[in-house]
Amino acid sequence: MDTFKVLVVEDSPTMRQLIVFALKRIRGLQIVEANDGVGGLKKLSAEKFDLILTDINMPIMDGLKLVSLIRNDPHYKDVPVVVITTEGAQEDRDRALALGANEYITKPIQTARIIEVVKRLLEVSG
Amino acid sequence: MSEGDQSKGAQQRAEEFLQVFKKGAEFTQDLLKENERLRYQVLKLEKALPDGEAGEVVRLKGRISELESEKLEILNQIKTIEQENQDYDNRYNEIEAENNLLANLYISSYQLHSTLELAEIIRIVQEILLNLVGVEQFSIMLLDETQKNLRPLVVEGTDPQRVRSVQVGEGAIGAVAQSGERRLLSPEASADVFADPIAVIPLVVGPDVIGVLNLYKLLQQKDSFTEIDEELFNLLGTHAATAIFTAMLHLGRDSRPIFYDSFFARMAEDLN
Repeated sequence: MDTFKVLVVEDSPTMRQLIVFALKRIRGLQIVEANDGVGGLKKLSAEKFDLILTDINMPIMDGLKLVSLIRNDPHYKDVPVVVITTEGAQEDRDRALALGANEYITKPIQTARIIEVVKRLLEVSG
Repeated sequence: MSEGDQSKGAQQRAEEFLQVFKKGAEFTQDLLKENERLRYQVLKLEKALPDGEAGEVVRLKGRISELESEKLEILNQIKTIEQENQDYDNRYNEIEAENNLLANLYISSYQLHSTLELAEIIRIVQEILLNLVGVEQFSIMLLDETQKNLRPLVVEGTDPQRVRSVQVGEGAIGAVAQSGERRLLSPEASADVFADPIAVIPLVVGPDVIGVLNLYKLLQQKDSFTEIDEELFNLLGTHAATAIFTAMLHLGRDSRPIFYDSFFARMAEDLN
């Protein structure tokens, strides 16, 4: 079975725990966590990931900046990025997608929705 | 012509007629025989053909009937299997929802009891309300037993000046503090959310209401409360209350040494 490495960038421990719980329902995922955008970039430079989930509102570096940097990195320009955020306005969604996010999920969090999106982007069924 | 010649001619015609008549009779006889033979043949064929065909038809009709029954049975089985699949699908979705609910409750409870720092507990309550329920504005009020009023401890997402103290029994918030019964409205139902919030959740420790959690506004993408929200309100009403109460006991006192000293002293007593 293929193993996919997924990076979760989220400053809220509660949310991170819930996202990790959701991702653990998918077989073959290796999950790495980061507290903010800078932490996320460090992880991205240290190892290769197949998918990135990120919050938007985070200290030090927000999720949109992270998405922008990821898309400008030749190693990650094609890696799927999922934004999970409380920002529900259409312009926020449009901005994130224009920067290169593949999916935009709004909170309150639905674990089933995260599982469905990640499975689709990684093209896994388990 | 003489009379004798005439007589011979008449006799000859009579014989010729008789010959023709005899031939006609023989021909008729032959026709009758042929007719009878043919009728027999027809009868034989009629008997032979319908018997065979009828048998085949009956057999085929029987087979068709059997196949129709089998088809009906298979269709019924398919319907049953489809129904079972639907039931399994529904059950799977129910289990997924239950699983999701339990994960939400477990993680919330785990986080709430992970610290004794009041500020940290408030941050966790905020995270739960924002990320798991979808609440943008809320306040936590604590009961002042001596004054019998509820005072705002924290106001999130809105101007703190808009949230004022409330006497126990006064208005929607005071009524919840008095009764200990949760009050939920549909998000558009309140004309003044600060006097009549869309949700007022009593914070309960044992039999005592120690405060209330007031929800004023949901995120724009959230239009109503769900079953999971109500379970989370139940959890917050007790676990957040306990966590806040414990943190307040812990506040302002050098509790760590006292706690550990008394704990080990008690353990030593129990072991001896």
